[in-house]
Amino acid sequence: MSPDTAMTATAPAAEAAVRKGPPGAARGRRPGRIRRIGLPYLLLLPALLLELLVHLVPMVIGIVMSFKELTQFHIRDWGSAPWAGLDNYTVSVDFDAPVGKALLHSFLVTIAFTLLSVGLCWLIGTAAAICMQDGFRGRGLLRALFLVPYALPVYAAVITWVFMFQHDNGLVNHVLHDQLGITGKPSFWLIGDNSFAALLTVSVWKGWPFAFLIVMAGLQNIPRELYEAAALDGAGMIQQVRRITLPSLRPVNQVLVLVLFLWTFNDFNTPYVMFGKTAPEAADLVSVHIYQASFVTWNFGTGSAMSVLLLLFLLVVTGVYLALTSRGRRTAP
Amino acid sequence: MRSIRAAATGAVMLSLALAASACGGGSSTGGGSDDSPKELTYWASNQGAGIEIDKKVLQPELDKFEKQTGIKVKLEVVPWSDLLNRILTATTSGQGPDVLNIGNTWSASLQATGALLPWDAKNFDRIGGRDRFVDSALGSTGADGQDPAAVPLYSMAYALYYNKQMFADAGIDGPPATWDELVAAGKKLSKDAKWGLGAEGSNPAENVHHAFVFAEQHGADFFTADGRADFTGDATVAAVKQYVDLMAKDEIIAPGNAEYAQNQSVSDFAKGRTGMLLWQSASANLKSQGMSEDAYGIAPVPVQSGTPGAGKQVNSMVAGINLAVFKNSDNLDGATEFVKFMTSDAEQRILNTAYSSIPPVEAAQEDPAFASPANAVLRDTLAKSAVALPQVPDESQFETAVGTAIKELFADAAAGRAVTTDSVKAALTKAQQQMPKK
Repeated sequence: MSPDTAMTATAPAAEAAVRKGPPGAARGRRPGRIRRIGLPYLLLLPALLLELLVHLVPMVIGIVMSFKELTQFHIRDWGSAPWAGLDNYTVSVDFDAPVGKALLHSFLVTIAFTLLSVGLCWLIGTAAAICMQDGFRGRGLLRALFLVPYALPVYAAVITWVFMFQHDNGLVNHVLHDQLGITGKPSFWLIGDNSFAALLTVSVWKGWPFAFLIVMAGLQNIPRELYEAAALDGAGMIQQVRRITLPSLRPVNQVLVLVLFLWTFNDFNTPYVMFGKTAPEAADLVSVHIYQASFVTWNFGTGSAMSVLLLLFLLVVTGVYLALTSRGRRTAP
Repeated sequence: MRSIRAAATGAVMLSLALAASACGGGSSTGGGSDDSPKELTYWASNQGAGIEIDKKVLQPELDKFEKQTGIKVKLEVVPWSDLLNRILTATTSGQGPDVLNIGNTWSASLQATGALLPWDAKNFDRIGGRDRFVDSALGSTGADGQDPAAVPLYSMAYALYYNKQMFADAGIDGPPATWDELVAAGKKLSKDAKWGLGAEGSNPAENVHHAFVFAEQHGADFFTADGRADFTGDATVAAVKQYVDLMAKDEIIAPGNAEYAQNQSVSDFAKGRTGMLLWQSASANLKSQGMSEDAYGIAPVPVQSGTPGAGKQVNSMVAGINLAVFKNSDNLDGATEFVKFMTSDAEQRILNTAYSSIPPVEAAQEDPAFASPANAVLRDTLAKSAVALPQVPDESQFETAVGTAIKELFADAAAGRAVTTDSVKAALTKAQQQMPKK
């Protein structure tokens, strides 16, 4: 607490110094500088403390748990759980043994799911934003409509999809099978291999409006003159998008893709609401997998170790991504 | 400048206040106490057709208890999908209810956490003694050789519910007594978008209950005598396959049932879409869905041959709900008092009638209310041919692992993939690998 008390103690002197005249005055310089440097930190303090409480403390506890053998015999008193050393980690990454193999499978499913979902979200969002760039009647209405999936509460939205995907009475089978006759017999969407497609559909439906919103905001910053000049030079729509829109959106896209990636990779709500505690193998996302691994074996140490591994992976991906994109930005004209 | 300083000071104060209040949560001590003798929190499991119905059933009884003792009971009805996790969370944090319902099959698992008050002779004496309860119900209250972790509250057993009209229309004389007869009846019923039998293919717990009975009938156990998981024996594989084959080979369960997990099979039966249902104490649920009691019959769950009994003639698990006291309750005396009230003869009659279950208290069971033909089947089953699920610490893990394996087998069957001895064995092998190492 000493910096704060020092702050309040020196504040009157500093104020006097400011009142006295230009910052060149010898007596006023030091406290003034402390305040200049200190004030931002002081204002950040509440956020930092909350961040510490809400994020860092549970994270540290999770990391500690991952080194313990925290089973049902010990959950009542964590302190009594024996230290497991690196056992939880070796079990998780032993890809020849069942636990590690299942984790690897789930990890690969998640990677495929994330790449597809982020790619589609970005593509649809960007395409929609570009199409909506020029004013036309009903644009405002369409924009609002596009944002609905993003505004809906996750549970309500996903449970509606679950009803639509039901085998016997679902809307999807009704349209695909009964009306269009595309499938020979009604398909299962919530169990078996199709569950991947079902999950991807819901994820893209839920995620693309965010991409749309961000890209739309980014487009507002591109000067219209650029397009006019390009049009005069004979550039068509495609060329304008390629040569003007996309390069101008680069900084926006960099953040957008990263955020979408992290959200999608970590998404727990969508698969959990769709499939419950035990997801079908084809749609076994790593977040639900870890949850299930913790609660099937009641071994929260292993679950924590898996979570820590996931955290490390995401840190590496984020770090590499930021390093690559920021280098690109420096070399960009 | 002044305003900036004020803002900064305010920010510091605010963050300190937040930090202080966030750390100010209750501290949990290991043992219980009698610090708040006038209040209890009770977590009830969802026994009625909906949570509101449970509240309607229970609240008048809790009011009665308050009148007798002056202790106010705060009721929360917890859905089955959340109950075990809620109990685990309460165990971990030490912040839980005083009295709670647990699925009786979880008794040994939760007993191992040490979170529940053991019912030793002294505690049993306070609620009228251990011998008030039926033996089969006491068999599902914790591991052998340890003091029970809970006392029985409601007892249930599986029975075969069949639609009388559909049976008559299909020319079936009476309820099937063996699985062969059940399959034959099912084939006669499965036509015109109607099906022979309903199942909850995506509900791990339901899957395990059926698989357990089939395993008993094949003479197989899921656990060795010393409590190790053993899911892959030939008899166990054959048992699980026989259950999944009702959909895969015999085709008397609609493929759509593979994704059922919200009791849709009960609705299907109530609406006459399926002719038979294997369920525990379904009467109250069927009534709430508008199916009158004359419309269906209740028979014992089939066996391979002969009549239900012990050993390979087992045809149900001992299903039911136990009542447990959270060890670090701050009203241990009141909690025990409440257990005494809930297991009293009078309350047992009222509650078990409301939930169409059987009282695990002997004196209450003799009440004529439980002598109806429907209840007679359940009572007989519990008395003669029901066995408790394994009472081992890993029981709840077993339910999830094996139940999920069967869920995936049903998914295969529904998608038209072959369910073979090998594929069943592979699924069960995977389930066994998920079990905690010994």
